[in-house]
Amino acid sequence: MDSPVWLLSAIVFLPALGALGIGLIPGGREETVKRFTLAVTAAVFLLTAWIAVPRGTSGDTTRFDLGQAGMQLAFRIPWIRSFHVDYAMGLDGISFPLVLLTSFLSLLAMGASWNITRHVRAYCILFLLLETGMLGVFLALDFFLFYVFWEVMLLPMYFLIGIWGGPRREYAAIKFFLFTLVGSVLMLVALLMLYFTSDVGRLAGLPTQELVAAGLDPSQVEAAARTPAAEHTFNLLALAKLGQLPRSPFDEPLLWGKSVQWWAFLLLLVGFLVKVPSVPIHTWLPDAHVEAPTPISMILAGVLLKMGGYGILRICYPICPAAAYELAWLVVGLGVVSMVYGAFAAMAQKDFKRLVAYSSVSHMGYVVLGIGVWTATAGSGYVADYWKMGISGAMFQMIAHGLSSAGMFFLVGVVYDRVHHRDLDQFGGLFLRMPVYSGLAVGIFFAALGLPGLCGFIGEVLVVLSAWNYSRALAVVAASVVILTAGYILWTIQRVYLGAEYKGPHAEALTPATRREIAIVAPLLALAILFGVYPEALLGYMRPTIHATADGLARWTREVHDGRPPGAGRPARAPVQAGRSAAPSGPTDAPAAGQLSHGPGADQEVDQP
Amino acid sequence: MSFYDLVDRLWDDTLPTSLWAFRAELALCATIVAILLAKTCDTARRLAVWWIALGGAIAALVLAAPWTYLRGGFMAGEFFGGMLVNDGFALYMRSLVLLCVALLAVFVRLSQVVDSEDQTEFFVLVLGAALGMCVMVAANHMMMVFLGMEMASVPSYVLAGILKHRRTSSEAALKFAVFGAGTAGVMLYGISLVAGVLGSAHVPTMVARLQELVASQSGTYQAVLVLGALMMMVGLAFKLSAVPFHFWTPDVFEGAAAEVGAFLSVASKAAALGLLARLAVAFGRVEPTLLVGVIMVLAAVTCTFGNLAAYGQTNMKRLLAYSTIAHAGYLMMPVAAAVAALRQPDAARAALAGLAFYAAIYLFMNLGAFAITAFLRNALESEEIRDYAGLVRRSPGLVVCAAIILFSLVGLPPLAGFSAKFAIFAALLDAQLLGLLIVGVANTVLSLFYYLRVVRVMALEPEPTGLVASNSGLADRRVPLTSPAGWFCLAMTLPLVVLFVWWGPFPWALSAARSLVP
Repeated sequence: MDSPVWLLSAIVFLPALGALGIGLIPGGREETVKRFTLAVTAAVFLLTAWIAVPRGTSGDTTRFDLGQAGMQLAFRIPWIRSFHVDYAMGLDGISFPLVLLTSFLSLLAMGASWNITRHVRAYCILFLLLETGMLGVFLALDFFLFYVFWEVMLLPMYFLIGIWGGPRREYAAIKFFLFTLVGSVLMLVALLMLYFTSDVGRLAGLPTQELVAAGLDPSQVEAAARTPAAEHTFNLLALAKLGQLPRSPFDEPLLWGKSVQWWAFLLLLVGFLVKVPSVPIHTWLPDAHVEAPTPISMILAGVLLKMGGYGILRICYPICPAAAYELAWLVVGLGVVSMVYGAFAAMAQKDFKRLVAYSSVSHMGYVVLGIGVWTATAGSGYVADYWKMGISGAMFQMIAHGLSSAGMFFLVGVVYDRVHHRDLDQFGGLFLRMPVYSGLAVGIFFAALGLPGLCGFIGEVLVVLSAWNYSRALAVVAASVVILTAGYILWTIQRVYLGAEYKGPHAEALTPATRREIAIVAPLLALAILFGVYPEALLGYMRPTIHATADGLARWTREVHDGRPPGAGRPARAPVQAGRSAAPSGPTDAPAAGQLSHGPGADQEVDQP
Repeated sequence: MSFYDLVDRLWDDTLPTSLWAFRAELALCATIVAILLAKTCDTARRLAVWWIALGGAIAALVLAAPWTYLRGGFMAGEFFGGMLVNDGFALYMRSLVLLCVALLAVFVRLSQVVDSEDQTEFFVLVLGAALGMCVMVAANHMMMVFLGMEMASVPSYVLAGILKHRRTSSEAALKFAVFGAGTAGVMLYGISLVAGVLGSAHVPTMVARLQELVASQSGTYQAVLVLGALMMMVGLAFKLSAVPFHFWTPDVFEGAAAEVGAFLSVASKAAALGLLARLAVAFGRVEPTLLVGVIMVLAAVTCTFGNLAAYGQTNMKRLLAYSTIAHAGYLMMPVAAAVAALRQPDAARAALAGLAFYAAIYLFMNLGAFAITAFLRNALESEEIRDYAGLVRRSPGLVVCAAIILFSLVGLPPLAGFSAKFAIFAALLDAQLLGLLIVGVANTVLSLFYYLRVVRVMALEPEPTGLVASNSGLADRRVPLTSPAGWFCLAMTLPLVVLFVWWGPFPWALSAARSLVP
């Protein structure tokens, strides 16, 4: 018995089984159903936490190995043979922190669901199905499976917003559904395009351990290389390997002179940016966040938005590097525009929850920017340090934003439950009425603001630093967004928590926070402080994978995109030196060398004996 | 050759080969006779008709035995002197029709749409139509094409009017008959033109003659052939309810009972698609460009029109009628892909398999949708979507089934409707019909709204207050999942989840497709 199969399947499908259990077992009080759901989310969290405990010397393979860059606990079982679809899952430094975040926030959000009173049973079923979908997206290593989980989240989310939401819930729910569905059918087209142009046989020349790491059987790859018909694949890692080949099958022209991967990248990018969301396809977000019930807002902001960033990092960039390189300006530009637009829009809001929603647009812009600063590597002699910084920043920002935005939405929910309005102009003086709550709230808001010592700061500073190398103007703009953020957050704190006295409606209802509420915010704030003071706690998990990804793509930039043979690193060096270091690599670089009409490669042929 | 020799050969051909190949159809004939005879004798009259129908359909299915023959590429060849052909594809489609009849028998028993006296007529007509459909999917001769289509159509006209006391039902039947007769005439004219030019009505012979004609490049009869082919398409388009020959569909579906709608939308579609695929693949080997063009345009327009027209509908059956039109469009897409990809047998086979797979899943989706409509009609005495408001409070289980079925019709994972759509979209991309793929994908998004609206009314809207006041028994107006009706809905819903995880029929569909594209 293969333990990763059962462990990872349990993580993903335990919530679904729980939902089935709730559906099948009749009767039971609502309180019991809630407790049961909470227990299921807690069990899932414990399972993920078990993996997170460092492996140490025990050599337990069900733990996460901090030093390893590749996939861990990976498995691959054939599912639909006609289309080469596998049931494949695994963890690496990019997906694992997000899995942890998901299970953690699901637990907290379920805790925050205690004051849901209508149709509790249905709510719990949908909530658990949603959790299955979210975890599946981060764990799937097969594009088809990824797509399935991506879509699985749609329906529960639609109903969770549409039934338990605010006054305009149906409009918000359908808008969310429509935007995401458009994005995902574009993804479906891209998925099919990549599938039908892929050919496992093309990977035959790669070293065996690389093939094994990508979940391929070397002998099968050899066999596929010998047959004339292409053997297609949905394996995300194999697709990434294919995308980074010197002559990738995805370079085939498709339409209007653009290659398959150019179109696939564009379609995928739109699909993922809808989820991030990035301007100009962000308009579903304020509506969905405002109308959704508090725990669902937490999930939306804390987890669902991260799927966009994760998708770009896991799928768009590794599989379509050439297109990603060409369109980096688009990614980076959209990131910066989202940051600025989101911040200004947040500043203009009168509704507390809408303000938090727009702050999400702004904060997720950092993520897009951090992922996008790739082309910086070309100018610096293909050293990917800045890009690594950017990706690390983006990843860190995703986790940090997951903590802070979930916290903020919950905090808004807490006051909304009491006074039943969210009008920023009618708040004030909460510090006097709810001192503990307000203290925690200010902490969370400062974390979102990016105050040094709290988690938001690390992500932002890493992203802005990396952007400097890509474009100074953009970096300046990005850095100045921090001021805007400080502006709207400080102003919010002032309007809501400070002031002499609360003058709005339902003043009598402003009772101090309950223990349950504190128990939900406190862990978020604690983690925000922990990651702010000791970012290594998080970066340690991510670093090997991020470095491997960035180095791999930087190598691709040098060797494939710019056609410089290995070792011909810094263009500033003397060409002879570069040529000499390139020469031993011999015939494998012949196709690349053929394209060289300038630069160090020109000397290579002279140097060849 | 003497007369006796001829008789001998005919005898040898008929008895051991042809009649055995025709066994499923013969079982249907026997069932029809049994039902009619049962009415004449007192003891047999006590035996409910639906039992006989169910038994007959199951017997035919067992005799057809797709599970044995579809393992490998099954190709038994022509029989009845080349009039019909017995191959994997015919077998697959025939099995779908028979399965549909069997399920329909149970469904009609549960929904009790026809009183016990009319049941005899109802099932005789259904079985007769099913017989015609079985002939359609196996037709290898233009005569049998026409015969099969008429045998399938004429009982359907009567079925549409089976609710005698309803004016809309009679109107539907009349409209259906007039429309059907017209298109059948046009088709017959088309057949006579094409068969006249090619000097045969035996499809493989026609294809061979056409090949010679094209090779000789004389171009003499080009106009006649194209005209004839288009006229034949008219007949098929009517059966498929493809735009612009779809006008009968909404009226007939609204007027006729939901049970009849279920039969027409599933079995009749499957048979028409089987025929279309067979003829398109046969003639596509000679003249792919024109065929692909015509089918592509037809599919794209049908699909888009069906989805757009479904928006404004307030009646559930009318909505399902337009949904049927839209799905006819989706189902025609893989035919275009198969013809376009005939040069790569693998891709063409995958496309036909996609079609067959889609048809199998569509059977459960549409039977389920119509079953829910029928059971709700019995409970609520209404087929208007607005009267479903707040149903989730009374029949949560049924609403979950309805939601699963409708979302499967949209094509969302993790439901089988997605697997089906995935298979045909993959075929379209493999055949490089990018335009059609974009139409299909865009239509998926379009279709979301009207299916979702039904679910929204059921699940999200409050129960109508007027009904509560006027009718004290609102609580009884429900379909519990633990009733036989609920079990039937559940039985239609579960395959939609199971078939997503387990693509069992897909290898069968591939093996069926192998007999059309060897």
